[in-house]
Amino acid sequence: MLTKRIIPCLDIKDGRTVKGINFINIRDAGDPVELGATYAQQGADELVFLDISATNENRKTFVELVKDIAAHVNIPFTVGGGISSVADVAPLLEAGADKVSINSAAVKSPQLIDELSKAFGSQFVVLAIDARKIGNQWTVHTHGGSKPTERKLFSWAKEGQERGAGEILFTSMNHDGTRQGFAIDPLSKLHELLSIPVIASGGAGNPQHFLEAFLMGKADAALAASLFHFGELTIPDLKSYLKSNGVTIRI
Amino acid sequence: MIAVIKYNAGNIRSVAFALERLNIDFVITDNHEEIKKADKVIFPGVGEASTTMDYLKACKLDKVIKDLKQPVLGICLGMQLMCAHSEENNTPCLGIFYESVKLFIPKNKEKVPHMGWNSLSLSNSWIDSSIQEQFVYFVHSYYVPVNSHSAAITNYIQPFSSAMKKDNFYAVQFHPEKSAAVGEKVLLSFLNLS
Repeated sequence: MLTKRIIPCLDIKDGRTVKGINFINIRDAGDPVELGATYAQQGADELVFLDISATNENRKTFVELVKDIAAHVNIPFTVGGGISSVADVAPLLEAGADKVSINSAAVKSPQLIDELSKAFGSQFVVLAIDARKIGNQWTVHTHGGSKPTERKLFSWAKEGQERGAGEILFTSMNHDGTRQGFAIDPLSKLHELLSIPVIASGGAGNPQHFLEAFLMGKADAALAASLFHFGELTIPDLKSYLKSNGVTIRI
Repeated sequence: MIAVIKYNAGNIRSVAFALERLNIDFVITDNHEEIKKADKVIFPGVGEASTTMDYLKACKLDKVIKDLKQPVLGICLGMQLMCAHSEENNTPCLGIFYESVKLFIPKNKEKVPHMGWNSLSLSNSWIDSSIQEQFVYFVHSYYVPVNSHSAAITNYIQPFSSAMKKDNFYAVQFHPEKSAAVGEKVLLSFLNLS
């Protein structure tokens, strides 16, 4: 049976791993290549590397880092951050990335999703959506969650799928950094709405939260960062908890 | 020397990195003579069937691959292109295996592509038996049905061929280069063939 996936996310700034708490404060949590290889060895199913300081100047540095990651990590990994064109993506895939995630640039020009999926295939394109619940509406935000947009989570996710995205990475900004659990209701709605996999992100604080995301939220994968980086939860412990609770998982 | 066939496919660098991690000497090449002379050949692949077949035909690699006598390992799209035909844009393929490659049709809201880690059931396989029922990484929307050349079977929507073998041709639907320690054992099963 196809397993549920556990995905550590590494935010990269100037070649180092960092994690914003509620997208604002930043703490240093190590060397991305070493951390990634360690997670792979511990049983992570995939990795995500987000270049949060993405600018034209350090784009080349990030491509070099991607090569280094690809050389040392023997599981699939996604890279993202500041990608706004087919020309940005080609060097990342050539460097050995398995998928790219796009966020703000896709909101600004949705055509980018079509272009990337045509150029490289849907399986390479992860549409990352940061959304915050305001009143009864899940409003899509861009630029690291700082700018609200006119778009709503469900219609945007559906449009992303129709344009050729291969996966949706949904981060609830209401939950991110709180350690109080994933946003279960919108996850299960996304599952009903979409025919592509959904990655849950934002709010992981303990193993039970992952269990809820898989069983109630019907997520295909769940992502977390600081929880893993600071050793508060290890991947083997998480996976054995999930397995003993009936989740199909790779041990 | 191991030759990795160079063509317009997506995962060649990933395969190269996996071989480097195993300290295997290899060359990435589209030179016909170099491929023919190699001890073993790896035919990787990520992409779309018709454009890759067109490319292989244009540089006459289609005939070179079919006529190889040493062990050849097809990976993912490489395995599908070794079959007779693919439903992906109705593409005639190399015809090493007789099967036709089919599109996954969901029966119960399963997602397509089949993406993620799934287990292998090995039977009379060239693959190291120590990885029986262990997990490997898949990304594909098309599959090869179970057939007399199946060497491993995986379940998604229905059972399909996750590995095959016929004569000197070996093939895997999953990505051993991205399948952690289990994937390394699969690559070594091929690389250690005598």
